[in-house]
Amino acid sequence: MDNLIFAAEVFVNGLMAGVLYSLVAIGFVLIYKASGIFNYAQGVMALFSALTLVGLMNGQVPFGHLINAIFGTQVHHFGWHLPAIVAIVLTMGVMVALAWIVQRVIFRHLINQEPIILFMATIGLAYFMEGLGDMMWGADIKKLDIGLPQGINTGIDSFTADLFGYGFFIDNLDIVATFIAAGLVVVLVAFSHYTKQGRAMRAVADDHQAALSVGVSLNFIWILVWSVAGFVALVAGIMWGTKSGVQFSLSLIALKALPVLMLGGFTSIPGAIVGGLIIGIGEKLFEFSVGPIIGGATENWFAYVLALIFLVFRPQGLFGERIIERV
Amino acid sequence: MIHAATKGAEASGDSPLATDKAGDPILELRDISLSFGGVAAIKDVSFDILEGEIRAIIGPNGAGKSSILNVISGFYVPQEGRIVYRGARRPSLKPYQVARQGIARTFQSIALFEGMSVLDNVMTGRINHMRSGLLSQALWRGRAEREEVENRKFCEGIIDFLEIQHIRKTRVAQLPYGLKKRVELARALASEPKLLLLDEPMAGMSVEEKEDMCRFILYVNDEIGTTIALIEHDMGVVMDLSDRVVVMDYGRKIGDGSPDEIRNNQAVIDAYLGVVHD
Amino acid sequence: MFYREAGDIKTSYVDDGQTFPIRLDRQLYFSALIVAWGVIPFLVDDYWANAVLLPFLIYAIAAIGLNILVGYCGQVSLGTGGFMAVGAYAVYKLMTAMPEVNILIHVFLAGGITALVGVLFGLPSLRIKGFYLAVATLAAQFFLVWLFNRVPWFYNYSASGQITAPERTIFGVVVTGANSETWATYLVCLFFVTLAALIARNLTRGAIGRQWMAIRDMDIAAEIIGVNPLSAKLGAFAVSSFFIGVSGALFFAVYLGAVEVGEVFGINKSFLVLFMIIIGGLGSILGSFAGAAFLVLLPVLLKNVLVGGLNWPTDLAAHLEFMIVGALIVIFLVAEPHGIAQLWRLAKEKLRLWPFPH
Repeated sequence: MDNLIFAAEVFVNGLMAGVLYSLVAIGFVLIYKASGIFNYAQGVMALFSALTLVGLMNGQVPFGHLINAIFGTQVHHFGWHLPAIVAIVLTMGVMVALAWIVQRVIFRHLINQEPIILFMATIGLAYFMEGLGDMMWGADIKKLDIGLPQGINTGIDSFTADLFGYGFFIDNLDIVATFIAAGLVVVLVAFSHYTKQGRAMRAVADDHQAALSVGVSLNFIWILVWSVAGFVALVAGIMWGTKSGVQFSLSLIALKALPVLMLGGFTSIPGAIVGGLIIGIGEKLFEFSVGPIIGGATENWFAYVLALIFLVFRPQGLFGERIIERV
Repeated sequence: MIHAATKGAEASGDSPLATDKAGDPILELRDISLSFGGVAAIKDVSFDILEGEIRAIIGPNGAGKSSILNVISGFYVPQEGRIVYRGARRPSLKPYQVARQGIARTFQSIALFEGMSVLDNVMTGRINHMRSGLLSQALWRGRAEREEVENRKFCEGIIDFLEIQHIRKTRVAQLPYGLKKRVELARALASEPKLLLLDEPMAGMSVEEKEDMCRFILYVNDEIGTTIALIEHDMGVVMDLSDRVVVMDYGRKIGDGSPDEIRNNQAVIDAYLGVVHD
Repeated sequence: MFYREAGDIKTSYVDDGQTFPIRLDRQLYFSALIVAWGVIPFLVDDYWANAVLLPFLIYAIAAIGLNILVGYCGQVSLGTGGFMAVGAYAVYKLMTAMPEVNILIHVFLAGGITALVGVLFGLPSLRIKGFYLAVATLAAQFFLVWLFNRVPWFYNYSASGQITAPERTIFGVVVTGANSETWATYLVCLFFVTLAALIARNLTRGAIGRQWMAIRDMDIAAEIIGVNPLSAKLGAFAVSSFFIGVSGALFFAVYLGAVEVGEVFGINKSFLVLFMIIIGGLGSILGSFAGAAFLVLLPVLLKNVLVGGLNWPTDLAAHLEFMIVGALIVIFLVAEPHGIAQLWRLAKEKLRLWPFPH
């Protein structure tokens, strides 16, 4: 009985972790559907946006270390502190600029390349942005606090304590993150279904040529898509940054999202959500039940092995479209 | 070229069974049906290909011609029906196993290995004639080296025949369309097939290129004795080249016979030729 | 003027099929071999060996291995670090379990074991393609590193969780452990590089190589003309993993001497080797060498210039290295997907026509 209650707590925590995985995965799906690019840099974009956000809030001088190293100066801070909301808007501006640059400098030259070449290009992009982020804002671990509630949720704690005689430990931040992620999904779906740009985005995803022929600007759509992905990365960056500090490991959430995609199918937003939940819950329960027997830290690979086994039986993922091959 | 001619050279093509060069059926399709997720591509099609003949498959776009070739190649597995190859029922085989039984083909949209040279493409066609092991190849000694030279000689023969010597070391990606089609034929011939499937070998070619291609096809059929099944849209070519013709429409067979019979078949004229001959 | 094929007439298919059909290329190749085997061992010092030569040679083996899989067979793998770890741990277990057997044999065996593991993780390639497969190989990367980290049998229950290479000799000369002779470690690595390059070249110019490239260029057509995708793909995984396992074994036993798996064979190692073949040239043995040399030399160069010359802090130089590597990857993919090897080929093509380019 006790074990069951613990398992239930693990389940709820896994659910919340899963929501965040889904959030990152959705960023992948958006870019992939519209441009056929599998964007490995999504995780680094989250890191970069969180770094930028913290840097702007604290009034850090961009490239401070570099300037100091070259000119022997001692500049670090502008000496101001921006309110969170202003910094978020500015960061979003940076992400849009980034989307424009990425499209203009890289992917415009890689149109019609094989997907795997595009994929490798995004790995290069990830490396570049990781270096750039550290170069601009420094590599030290930074605290990010935009005023989201944190700490144990006392309501749930006392409620479950009354019910089971054992209080569940559930972080307020996770609850908020869950709601924000759910809200974001609703906004994205509404955007793609009820706005002109959203419809154009879906048209491009469906068929480039057909979209072109009815006057959709591919260039604009791709910049838009990368911007939206930047926005999703920013939200993910805020959540994970608040939870465990803004540091290099934040970029590894991309690695968490990959098996989610394999499970859910690369082209399906519902797939990303369901896949994220399955993996979030699955890896926590596996670590809880089997982990102690085989040495722990199974979260590092569980998702991948699960996705791999799954893929061998259903190569297109849960919700992916079945591919009919032709010659 | 390499083999002495084994069959008579004259194509008469008066009636389906009376062609003087044709022997027993090399391949029979019996009641083949194929569908993709409920959409039927081929419905209950039966016909045979006789040893030594040129068999044309014609029909409007989307009639299921390429699907038929894909079924023969083992690339699509039909839901119903069976295939009899050289007198025995063929079990469900993977495409590479079909190739090993002596069936080679070309593709409607060229499917060459673009990153490889012409010579390497043709040599790849010899795959089923090379048996050396990993170790021998790794050391480039013994069987591997010997086989490489022997097969190179064979392939050079085909390259000579198809008049592509000057481009043998060129990467395929750099070739123009017409030459690519020719290289694809060379690759298929390299395997010394018993049955050669050609999917629109002359699509998109100029008149001169078509004439060259016809010459090659006739030569392969007459002199080497290779049985050929081909899909083609150019009616003039089909009527001149083929011994017998299958006509497809909407996944069904609507006609089967010699070129003359097909020309006078009312169902065929309605479905297809009527459109072409204004 | 100097670089010509005119007059160098081939009279047999054997001559025409050789690795370096042009005489000057052959001479260059043999002089490189003579310098590498006959001159460098007498000149090499500790700094050059440890900072440049050993990592270059060992990474070159890994790059050749990965290039067979990615460049020739078209199956992208991100599990290189994990497979190198298999080689390292296999050689460690063999060295400690059978101390009397020659280390060279252990290295070969370690490669063989890695080949088996590679085939196992290559099985999904029969069902999934492209970046689905790339992502799937990450499963190997994470699982293998976790395995060597968490299962004490693999590191012989050592307290630190590290593995440390015991001292082994070849013909009485110490080649592993703290007292190894620099020139001898260099020669061991050179031996394996030479072998790897020869084998890779022979495989890729023959029947197996053509099957790999056919799968890479158009897998469906390859199968229809008679390539068995199962044996071709798994063969590529096996050969590739063999080389990567050998490089992992050398990396641990001969180069580093002690290894903590997460640090040394993490996912960054996978990317590093992948970058080597992208920059050096996909589908080129020479490119594997060029890429390995480039990415081994770049950090050394940056460190000497920025940290040593301009007194930058080391972390700043490291960030800049990330940016440069990332940018180079993108630039090469955009401008020259066949890497340094293709630039070299183009240069030779120009040279062949020089001084009358028309």
